[in-house]
Amino acid sequence: MARLKKWQELPCGAIIEDMEAVRENKTGAWRSERPVWNKDKCISCYTCWLYCPDAAIVINDGKVAGINYDYCKGCGICASVCPKKVQAITMEKERK
Amino acid sequence: MILAKTGNEALALAMKHINPDVVAAYPITPSTEIVQIFSTYVADGAVDSEFVAVESEHSAMAACIGAAASGCRTMTATASQGLALMHEMLFIAGGLRLPIVMSVASRALSSPLNIHGDHSDSLASRDSGWLQFFCETVQEGYDTLIQAVKIAERASLPAICAIDGFILSHCLERIETFEEKDVRDWLGPYRASYDLLDLKKPILVGPATLQDYYYEFKRGQIEGMNRALPVIEEVQAEFRKRFGRGYDVVEEYRTEDAEAVLFLMGSACGTVREAVDALRLAGKKVGMVKLRVYRPWPHQLLKPLLQRFKAVGVLDRADTVSSWGGHLFTELSSTLYDAPQRPKLLSYVYGLGGKEFTPEDAAGIFAEVLSGSKPEMVTYVGVRS
Repeated sequence: MARLKKWQELPCGAIIEDMEAVRENKTGAWRSERPVWNKDKCISCYTCWLYCPDAAIVINDGKVAGINYDYCKGCGICASVCPKKVQAITMEKERK
Repeated sequence: MILAKTGNEALALAMKHINPDVVAAYPITPSTEIVQIFSTYVADGAVDSEFVAVESEHSAMAACIGAAASGCRTMTATASQGLALMHEMLFIAGGLRLPIVMSVASRALSSPLNIHGDHSDSLASRDSGWLQFFCETVQEGYDTLIQAVKIAERASLPAICAIDGFILSHCLERIETFEEKDVRDWLGPYRASYDLLDLKKPILVGPATLQDYYYEFKRGQIEGMNRALPVIEEVQAEFRKRFGRGYDVVEEYRTEDAEAVLFLMGSACGTVREAVDALRLAGKKVGMVKLRVYRPWPHQLLKPLLQRFKAVGVLDRADTVSSWGGHLFTELSSTLYDAPQRPKLLSYVYGLGGKEFTPEDAAGIFAEVLSGSKPEMVTYVGVRS
């Protein structure tokens, strides 16, 4: 964790200029369900990537490569937008 | 140009002269005609503004916040229940330090339902981090709305410019307006302090901050309000220099040798001037102190100014419903608590729901203030009993 800033060091208005602060704030612990991605079914249509509100769909060499569980909050949008014929993402109960 | 304008027409005209980038507003009651008149300027192509007619005042302020955060000079107008419905969003605009400027025709709040003028709506918004200006006349409303844009942008704070509902908003007054070009030149273009869409320097607006940062951000916001008073004085001086007329944060009327003064805001100052003149003719040493800027609360100016007098009658056109009088009384009494010399403070509430307030009412108050005492802690002027 970086040193906490004094109030005088903060920008005017509730603004975060330092994007590292956002990276440090791992929101994956919020999940009660997790999306499970099936590599063999995925057609890399990017629909999940487009819809994911937390930018948690990992892309490698232009192809969908999985889910970043550090930030995925388990909202399930990716599973619901994955095309019906494909169904490469399914939601499972988060294991403690 | 000399024109006959109602308060609503004058403030809409000021908005035309300002030519904001975005106006998002709820276009029907409880909003006054300000939005309706401004929308005709948009339809006629007289302004470049993007006009967003939304489904509620909550949405109006939400749209204003989005517009202002993306770097637009943003304005809106509302009144009464409309301002109350914006309440949640007012704090967000304040915390984000967005210089949105809003005209408010200050009016009573339900219940019971009432559409007439008092300060309940604006004063209920006092802790939301907005600058607040209260105007005595339609002319002052026109001038103050123009000033408020520059002040808000320089101080990075949103601003409310309040005129008394109906008493000013719907009454015709002779006003002197400026050339549109001169107003736009004086204001200049708005330059936001950050660029929302700069891909090389991405920022996050309105983050969640918990025990680690919320307090620190709030402290910064408080500092913004602490520093606003000199900004207001600076812009008032620039305005006076450019346009040849102007105003002060706190204004005095016939106070030189006064023993008793009334302290108040808004259109009733005109009524009190009448009473002061009549009493002065009768040899009474009375005067008036008019507060034009309610937020920031100008304690630095009020403390030395008001301790000169023996007694001050504090007139509130709203009540805190706390059994301790109105907003001005409670704040002024705390301001003067540790003053070396304290005037006697007498608390009066008047004119709720547009109840008429006459020079005779003011004269009656002056008689009590000159005597330095009255029977009740808070006097409700003009209420039938």
